[in-house]
Amino acid sequence: MVSAAGGGTIRSPRVRERLSWGRSAKAFGLARVRDINDTLTLQGELMKFGILVNEGPYTHQASDTAYLFAKAVLEKGHTIHRVFFYHDGVHNSSNNTEPPQDDRHIVNRWTKLAQEHDIDLVVCVAAALRRGIKDNNLAEGFRISGLGQLIETGIQADRLVTFGD
Amino acid sequence: MTETTGGIDMDEDTSGVVKKFLYVNRKAPYGTIYALESLEVVLIAAAFDQDVSLAFLDDGVYQIVKGQHTKPIDVKNFSPTYRALEGYDIEKLYVEKESMEERGLTDKDFLVPVQVVGRAEMADLMEQQDVVLTF
Repeated sequence: MVSAAGGGTIRSPRVRERLSWGRSAKAFGLARVRDINDTLTLQGELMKFGILVNEGPYTHQASDTAYLFAKAVLEKGHTIHRVFFYHDGVHNSSNNTEPPQDDRHIVNRWTKLAQEHDIDLVVCVAAALRRGIKDNNLAEGFRISGLGQLIETGIQADRLVTFGD
Repeated sequence: MTETTGGIDMDEDTSGVVKKFLYVNRKAPYGTIYALESLEVVLIAAAFDQDVSLAFLDDGVYQIVKGQHTKPIDVKNFSPTYRALEGYDIEKLYVEKESMEERGLTDKDFLVPVQVVGRAEMADLMEQQDVVLTF
């Protein structure tokens, strides 16, 4: 198991190798890496996270928390394998969303995060169709696909973290 | 999960990787869509040849109670699908004893064979998993 606490240095030889290739920022989707030393002093081992969002925007804090978690993950130098939207979580992908000017735009925030860090945002097709989300009203940065993508993330990611009831 | 992967850059090919997946069902079958959509995940997951278990806790125990009759509420009765799980090689179904008894149920009330386990044992079961998905 990966140690989340300890360290201060990166123990994995493969991670070190990657960093020495000078492509760390892109490889790890880092938001605030200024130079290679910043990366090397991250606490603990780098991990690949999967995120599952099960609630819609605004009604429930799940999407906000998932977004803030995703940002924190990236800032710590970890990667995000995929964000999967299920149940009412699919509403996070509607490009019809227009919140008041003085409020956060949850949908656009996901789009921006995906574009800046090349993150795969996947909306479950069955859940989406049930709730009126189709390609023609799908916000940028999202794609519609099957539940198999969630299972694949469970297999590929070091941790799959669920947000919602 | 290991030093060798460092959490990055594994091949996308999932063949050969077998993880322990536990689907935790905590909600009544009707009233919200969670139970139905959880079952849809389980059925899809069966195609991935993973080590799958299902747990029923809290009102989730009602999902597999015999004799569901949903016509008056105009919702599809999806409970027969649980009987199909065996055909997908999903045979590890656990019901939490406390949840069952609190609701006046016994292991005779379920439409599929289940293993009834105590709360502490359920915690151990969760501890053994790689991926726990709660719906």
